[in-house]
Amino acid sequence: MTHTVTARPPAPTAPGGPLGTAGRSPAARTARRKALLHWIAVHCLGIAAALFFVMPFVFILLTSLMDDRQALTSALWPRSWNWDNYANVWNAPGFLTWWRNTLMYAGLGTLFTVVSSLPVAYALAKFRFRGRRIATMLVISAMMLPPQVIIVPMYLFWAKQMGMSGTLWPLIIPMAFGDAFSIFLLRQFLLTIPNEYLDAAKVDGCGELRTLLRIVVPLAKPGIAAVALFQFFYCWNDYFGPQIYASDNPAAWTLSYGLESFKDNHHTNWNLTMAATLLVMAPVIIVFFFAQKAFIEGVTLTGVKG
Amino acid sequence: MTILHGHSAALRTKRRREGLRTLAFLSPWLIGFSVFFVYPLLSTVYFSFMKYDGFKPPTFNGLTNWTYVFSQYPFFWAAMRNTLWLVVIMVAARVVFGLGIGLLITKIKTGAGVFRTFFYLPYLAPPVAATLAFAFLLNPGTGPVNQVLGDLGLPQPGWFNDPTWSKPALTLLALWGIGDLMVIFMAALLDVPKEQYEAAELDGAGSWKRFRYVTLPNISPIVLFAVVTGVIQTMQYYTQPLIAGKTASGVIGAGAGQIYEPGYPGKSTLTLPQLIYSLGFQRFDTGSACVVALVLFALSMAFTALLMRRRGGLITVED
Repeated sequence: MTHTVTARPPAPTAPGGPLGTAGRSPAARTARRKALLHWIAVHCLGIAAALFFVMPFVFILLTSLMDDRQALTSALWPRSWNWDNYANVWNAPGFLTWWRNTLMYAGLGTLFTVVSSLPVAYALAKFRFRGRRIATMLVISAMMLPPQVIIVPMYLFWAKQMGMSGTLWPLIIPMAFGDAFSIFLLRQFLLTIPNEYLDAAKVDGCGELRTLLRIVVPLAKPGIAAVALFQFFYCWNDYFGPQIYASDNPAAWTLSYGLESFKDNHHTNWNLTMAATLLVMAPVIIVFFFAQKAFIEGVTLTGVKG
Repeated sequence: MTILHGHSAALRTKRRREGLRTLAFLSPWLIGFSVFFVYPLLSTVYFSFMKYDGFKPPTFNGLTNWTYVFSQYPFFWAAMRNTLWLVVIMVAARVVFGLGIGLLITKIKTGAGVFRTFFYLPYLAPPVAATLAFAFLLNPGTGPVNQVLGDLGLPQPGWFNDPTWSKPALTLLALWGIGDLMVIFMAALLDVPKEQYEAAELDGAGSWKRFRYVTLPNISPIVLFAVVTGVIQTMQYYTQPLIAGKTASGVIGAGAGQIYEPGYPGKSTLTLPQLIYSLGFQRFDTGSACVVALVLFALSMAFTALLMRRRGGLITVED
C-alpha cells in the first residue's frame, strides 16, 4: 500500500464556499461562522509555524550579505549589501575542488547504490527461497547499524591494506555492494507491484533478468527515483566519512567537510560561513523542487508496513 | 516409476537453477554484508580485547579495555547520560511536534502546498550547514535569537556555550528539521477512514474526543515506528553535537590539525559515536574505541529488534 500525498480539496464549508447556501437560518449562520473561525485559527497557526521554519533562513541570508566587521556584531540588518561575499566563497581556495569531490562522491555513490541494490531488493521481494525472512531482517539490521560501530576495522582495512587513505574511494566502493537502506526501501516498493505483471512476462519467455529490466524497472521508477535521491543527499550531507578518510588531504575534502573552514586565525567569518552554507544547501533545495513527489513517496514508504 | 523418477530429477534441476539464480541476484549484498558488516564486527570484537595503537602489533590484554571504559574513562557515562536525555526529551519533542505539524498541514485548506514546502525544507539542509547556522543564530552574545529575546525583555540563555542549555539547543535544531516525520504523519492521518470520523461526529464527539478515540488508535503504529526509529537515530547522533560543540568552543577550521576534545561545554554534547572517534582517531586507543563501538552496537540492535518482532512488529518481514 502506498500513499499518494495530495492536499485534500477544500471542504465545502470553507469560506467563499458554496454561494446561495440556505444561509438564512441562524443555525446555518452559526455553522458558517464556526467554519470561518476554524479556518482563521488554523491558518494563523500555520503562519506562526512557517515563521519558525523560515526565519533561520532569513537570518542566514541577511548575515551572508554583511561586511566582515558587522557579521561579528549582534546586528540583524546588513548596513551594506555585500554580494561579493558569494564570489569570495566561490573563489576561496579549494571551494571548487570540494564541489567537484562532492559531486563525484554523490554521483558515483548513487549510481553504484541503485545498480547493486535493485537486483537484491527484487530477489527479497519476489523470489521464494529458504532464509528470505532472515535475509530481510539482516538487511534491516545493517540499515540500523551506526557507521561508527565498524569504523575502526574499516579504516585499518582501507588505510593500511588498500592504501586509500586521503581519498573518497573507501566511501564510494562499498556502495557497489548494495546499500541496506536502499535495498529495504526498494523492497518495500517492489512488494506493491502485482505478481501478475511478472508472470505475464515469464509466460512470454522472459528470464528473471529481462523481467527485472523490462517490466520491473519501468514500474518501479518512483521507488528508484526515491532511492537515488536519498542516496545522493546522504553522500552530499556526509560529514563523518570524509572526516575519517579525507581530513589530512584537503584535495579530497567535500563541501560538508570544508564548510567549517571559513574562519581566520581568531574567529569564524560568519558572513562567509553563512554564504557558503546557503551555497551548499542550494543544490539540495533545487533538486527537491524538481523531485518533490519522489521524495515524499520515499519518506512515506519507509514509514509504512510493506 | 521411471517417469516419476525423471520428473523428480527435472524438479531437482529446476530447484537448483532457481537457487543459483537467487544467489546471483543476492550476490552484491552477500559480498557487501560479509565484507562491510560481518568481518568488521568480528574484527571489532577481536580488537576490544587487544592493546593496539595502530602502529605496534596488537597484543592481548584481556578485559583491560572493558574495565577502563566502564570504570575509569571519564567520558563514557557522561555520553550514556546525554544519550538517555536525548532519547527521552529530544525524541519525544520531535514526535509530538511532528504530529502537531502533520495535523496542522492536513487541516490547512489554503496554500497547503506552500506551507508544506516551508515546513519540509529545513529537513533537507545538510547537518553541518544547519548546525553552523544554529551556532550562529543561537550565539549567546551576538546571535539574532538572543537579540530578539533581549528586546522582548526575556532571559537570554547561553545555548551551545552553557552545559544546561546545549542539549535544548540541539533539540531546537532537531525540531527545525522535522520534515521527515511531518510527511510520515501526514500520510498516516490522510489514511484514517473518514467514516469513523463521521460516526464519531454523529455520536456527538468533540474535536479532542475525535482525536483521542479515532485518530490516535489509527495512527498509533506509525507513532510507535517514529519513536523507535527516533531512538535508533539518536544512538547515531554525531555530526550535529560535534559541530555545535566545536564551533561554540572556538576550535577553528577543519582538517587534521584541529584537535577538539568532544563534549563542549562540560561533556554536555558527548555522544557514543563521538567517543569512538575520539578514542580511535585522536588517542589511538583502538581497543577502548572498539569497546564503545560494541556497546553502541548492542543498544542499536536491541531497538532494531523491537521494529521486527513477529507479533506487533512495525516492519512486516513475513510474506
